[in-house]
Formats: sequence, C-alpha cells, structure tokens
Amino acid sequence: MEVPYIVKEREDTGLINSKLGIWIFLASEIMLFGGLFSAYIFLRLAAPPGDFDYWASKLSVPMATVNTMILISSSVSMVMAWASLKLNDFSKYKMYMGITLLCSAIFLVIKYFEYTGKFHHGIYPSSSTFMAIYFTLTGLHGLHILGGIAVMLYFYLPISHGLWREQPEHFSNRVEALGLYWHFVDLVWIFLFPVLYLL
Amino acid sequence: MSSNSHSNDHHDENFIQKYIFSVDHKVIGIQYGITSLLFLLFGFSLMAIMRWQLAYPDTVIPIVGFLFGESGTLASEQYNSLGAMHGTIMIFLGIVPLAVGAFGNYLVPLQIGAVDMAFPKLNAASYWSYFVGGVIMISSFFMPEGAARSGWTSYPPLSIFENGQTIWLISMIFLITSSLLGSMNIIVTIVQLRVPGLTWMRLPLFVWAQFVTSFLLVLAFPPLEAAAVLQLMDRVAGTSFFLPSGLVMSGEIVDVAGSGSPLLWQHLFWFLAHPEVYVLILPALGIVGEILANNTRKPIWGFKSIIYSMVFLGFCSFIVWAHHMFLTGMGQAMSAFFQTTTMIISIPSVIILTSYFLSLWGGSIRFNTPMLFALAFLPMFGIGGLTGLPLGLAASDIYLHDTYYVIGHFHYVVAPGTIFALFAGIYYWFPKITGKKMNEMLGKLHFWPSLIFMNGIFMPMFIQGLAGVSRRLADGGVSYAHASGVLHLNEFMTTSAFLLGIAQIPFIINIIMSLFSGEKAGRNPWNATTVEWAAPSPPLPHVNFDSDIVVHHSSYEYSNPDAKKDFILQTEK
Repeated sequence: MEVPYIVKEREDTGLINSKLGIWIFLASEIMLFGGLFSAYIFLRLAAPPGDFDYWASKLSVPMATVNTMILISSSVSMVMAWASLKLNDFSKYKMYMGITLLCSAIFLVIKYFEYTGKFHHGIYPSSSTFMAIYFTLTGLHGLHILGGIAVMLYFYLPISHGLWREQPEHFSNRVEALGLYWHFVDLVWIFLFPVLYLL
Repeated sequence: MSSNSHSNDHHDENFIQKYIFSVDHKVIGIQYGITSLLFLLFGFSLMAIMRWQLAYPDTVIPIVGFLFGESGTLASEQYNSLGAMHGTIMIFLGIVPLAVGAFGNYLVPLQIGAVDMAFPKLNAASYWSYFVGGVIMISSFFMPEGAARSGWTSYPPLSIFENGQTIWLISMIFLITSSLLGSMNIIVTIVQLRVPGLTWMRLPLFVWAQFVTSFLLVLAFPPLEAAAVLQLMDRVAGTSFFLPSGLVMSGEIVDVAGSGSPLLWQHLFWFLAHPEVYVLILPALGIVGEILANNTRKPIWGFKSIIYSMVFLGFCSFIVWAHHMFLTGMGQAMSAFFQTTTMIISIPSVIILTSYFLSLWGGSIRFNTPMLFALAFLPMFGIGGLTGLPLGLAASDIYLHDTYYVIGHFHYVVAPGTIFALFAGIYYWFPKITGKKMNEMLGKLHFWPSLIFMNGIFMPMFIQGLAGVSRRLADGGVSYAHASGVLHLNEFMTTSAFLLGIAQIPFIINIIMSLFSGEKAGRNPWNATTVEWAAPSPPLPHVNFDSDIVVHHSSYEYSNPDAKKDFILQTEK
C-alpha cells in the first residue's frame, strides 16, 4: 500500500508530507546556523576591541555583493521554474532551472577565488578567530549550496523528463520542496553578508 | 516515489532487500533494536572493566586483561578512554537509538494505524547513517591514537589536544544526521498519517512522548553539530574557537591565535545535552504509561495533564541547560535564572510521575513481567529525579558538582529508569513483533536480580558523592584523605555490577528461546486497547493491517461499565 498524502493534501492539516518534512528540516537548519551565529556573537563580545573589524576589512565586499546579487537572482529563477511547472510548461522549467544551476555555480566559482585570494595572502582559518568563524560559516554555507546543486541536477538532467511525465504533480511538489530549501540557503547568505563583510 | 504497485512487488524481494536494505519501518525498527542492544551490552562491558579497576586498582583485569598491554592492568589514559566511550556509546548508540529508533520506528506507525513511516527511504538512510557512525566510533579503539578520552562531554581545551577526539567528532556528525532524519520522519508521520478518527487527544501516551522527543531531537541536535564542526576545525584547521589567549600547556604557551572561549563549547554542548536528558526519559514515560494502563485495567489518571506536562517539559528543557555550568564562573545572574527554570521544570515531571502513581490506585493489577519493570521504573525514576534537585540549586551544586553523587543521580534516571522502561517495552511488545509470548518465569528471573543489583551499584554512589569523592579519577580517589572512609564501597558496587551482567543472561535466553518455541500469541495477548493490537502478530510486511481501520475510542478504554469486556479496542465500533 502506498503512503498517503504524497500528492494530495490531507484534509485536516492541509499539508502534503514533503512540505511538512522540508519545513521541519529547515527548522533544524535554523538551529544549526543559529548555533553558529550565536557562537559568532559570543566570540565577538569576548574578542579584543577592534580585532574583528581589523580582520573583516581584509574581506572583499565587491565580490560578496556580486555574490549576493547572483544568489538572489537564483532564488527568483527557482520560483519561476516551479511556476512554469504549475503552468505545465516543461521547457520553460528547464530554462529557469538551468539559470538557477548556472547562478549557483557562478556563486561557488567567485567563492573559490575569494578563498584562494585569502590563502595567497597567507590568511587561513587559524590566522584569527574572525577568520576561523568566517571560513566555517561560509564553508558550511558553501556545502549547502553544493547539496542544493546535487538535487537540482537530479531534477534537471534528462532523468527528470520521465519523472515529470509519469507524475507531474508529484514532480512539481518535489521542486517546491527544493525551492524552499534553496530560499533558505539564500536567506542564510543574506544574514552572512552583512554580519561578516559589513559589520 | 513512483512505485504504484508497491503492495504487489514485495513478494519477490530477496533476502537482502527484505532484511538488510529494507524500507519497511518494522524491519528498520528491528535493525535499530538489535544494533542498539548490542551497543548497550558493549557499553556495559566497558563499564565493567572500569569498575574492576576502581575496586581492585592496578590488579590484572580478568579475562580481557590482555587487551590492555602486557601488564594486563588498566593505564590512566585507558581508563579515560573507557569512561568517554561508555558515556558516548550508552547515550548516542544505545539508549536513544533503542528508545527512538527501535521503539519509535516500530510502534508509532502501528499505533496511529499507518502503513509505514511518511518517508520510508529516509528512514532506511537514518538507520544506515547510525550504523556507519557506530562503526566509526568503535573503529577508534583500533586507531593508532586510540579512542576518545575527554569524557562524553568533550570539554575543551583538553579535548582539542587529547588523542582520538577527531574520530569521535566525525562519528558524532553521522549519529546527529541519523537522529535528525529519524525524528523528522516521526513528526511528519504523526501529523500526517493518523488513521481517520484518531484525533490528537486520542493518541496514546507513547505517540505523544515520541512526538515531543522528536521535536527535541530536531531542534537540540543541530547546535551540537555546529559545536562539533567548530571543534573539528580547532583540531584539524588549527583554529582557536575554544582556546583562550595565553593558554599554557606543560609549562609553555600554546601557539594558537587565541581569543576563543572554552565556555562556548559548554553552552553549545549543554544546549543539546540537556534536552537529550528528556530524549532519554520521555519515550520511557510513554512506554510505562501504556503498560500501566494495560495492567491496572484502568484509564490513565490525568491523561491530559500528562500530555500537557510532556509538551511543557519539552519546551522547558531548552531553557535549563546552564545548570550544568554553575561552577564555570558564568555569573550570578545566569545562575539565578537557570536555577529558577530548573526548579520549574521539575513540576511537569512530578505531575507525570504522580499521575502514574495515582493510576495504580484501585486498579486490579496484573503482575506480569512488563508490569514489574514498569512498576520498578516509578520509584527508580523518582529517586533519580529527586536527587537531581540539589544539583539544580546553585548553592548545593557547588559541593556536589563532579562527584559520584552526580553519577548516581543521572544513572538512576537512565539505568533503572529508562532501561527498565525499555525492558518493559520489549516484554510488552515482543508478542506483537514476533507473534510469540516471552517466558514469564525467565522474565521474573531477569527482573528481580536486575532491580537489586542496579540499586547495589548506584545507591552507594550517593554516599561516596556526599563524602566528596570526585568522578573521573582513574584510581577512584585513593590519594584523597576524605575518600578513605567510603572507598571500601567500591568492591560492593563492582560485585553488584558483575552480578547485574549475569542477571541479563535469562533475558538473552528468553529472547532466543521465545523466538523459536514461545507460546503463540494472538493479535491481542494483553487485552489491550491501542491500535497496534488490531494488526496481526507480526503485522503484515509493508501494509501492517489486514483490514481498513477507523478509530472510535480514546486510547485507554479499560473497565468501561457500559461495555461487555473490560477493554474496548480503539478500532472497535
């Protein structure tokens, strides 16, 4: 027997399983990044005055600004991809999903140049507590981007045609869950950017 | 997924699909159960070696002495390793997987009348992540550095420099992932897959307990994952999240960037580890509730208060963590706050326990093995809980902190508390899982010695702790004058521990014997009321129930004067 409420909402809760599941997963993710952000606050309060500002000035604000733009665009295209599925337009979906994938790849490439730039100047996680939390937070965020890319590829590569043709509604539900995750990853960056680069 | 012919294709599953890489919640539950019981046994053996060392310091360890080098005695570092691994294995690989992974997985879908968990594949992933984490943890014994030896709490700075910690952290990340996947699944299953008619207030206590527990796991474990990542960075990338400036080790200033804080780890760690205490106890309270109602043949007294208390307990458990840190110098205001919340959190626990005691009043109690374990749970958990009060008050904690009193306190909660409840659960649901009843005689032979020897181990710890004997001393404290009056108790405790080990033999025999030649159990051998007893024993693979079910009654309709029998199954019209 099939597990119910995968495609159709349960009446009294108004939810499908995957949507509730992804929200609870995101709640746990908030606690994960929340723990790290609290660690940041804790360490900043305990740091010698000016220490965090000094090290933060070594980060490249232009690069991070470009990255912010790129991630926000990817969020928009992710919504468009899901909307195209709802409008039954699979080729548009492919286009928007492709844009999202491209944006996330560009984000990681820019991040790569940021990291190697730091390494060239002899700045490593061990250089200071600020750099330590910088590399940990952005590294963990980068891993989340990578995870997102893996799932996006699964829904982008030719394998997705079959999934779509067999169960279009189920497929768009899964893309919606992926989208929720992707917006969360964006949101984390929206917090990371001011906290690490601007404050 | 797209398997629209799921019910037809399970007939031609081969052995590996059916029993190893199964996605059936029942098989995964049993996998969890067997693995975690083995880990419990392993964790117990580590403790037995430590207890030998405490009772007979620096004598050759019998039977397994050859494992500890040529002398056959236990070196201090080895003692530390055993201590750290005993704690880690018992909590993260033994009790939580047994209570949540095994019982939760097996029973929650059955008790809510579902065909499976909401995400069967995620469920399998959860088990295998746990398995890999366990293998990594055990493998650390065979690494050149040896197993972790900084205690299960892994306080820095020690944990940053001690051997074996890296493997511990990697293993923990797997275990955290596993419980995250598992608990998400349980929450979605309970919200979404309840059978028609099964409203929230008709859910049995066990399901409620699992529901609250899962929220604790989902929300409390990620900060520990964050902390583990930070500690891993400290060890591998040379950062100093937890290392203060000017830290001196062996007379030299350590060469790190500094300006980190050891207290930060303690905050992140206890933010998990205090809710974790309730992760250990809530499923046990749920199991005991089921068994008490069944064997007193009465509805549970204060059913709704118990549920509200559980929810409140879960909420409150997030704001008491720093009562583990009164001695760290975090300040009076903090201590006052956390001492107050700690006193508040004792209220719901007392409400639950009192309701259980009152449920016994006027019942016609059946003293079968599950009931004996459940009954023993009540005073044992009571002792564990009440001895916690002096630890929750900052003033008395200054004296008791890090003594054997603490060890006695939390072991009373977890060992004769939770583990007894889990034993009760195994005896109670074994007929459902296997279709065979367990032997009553062997069950009682398991229960009575276990009860006596559990107390034989842990009661003297209070005496030692009040005398001021510190925990985590490889020699048990022989070098301290104030300990000399109470150290003779060690021999008694060690003897009790070995006898407790022997007392588990009837249990093992009972499981194996009952599996092959136990008396056949029908669908409902205990005349119980909850939904799982409407399924065949064992429930059908992948579908559980052989007919469509609808719930018409609340969960404990025992001795209803209007009914013909003394129980009404929830699914009866």
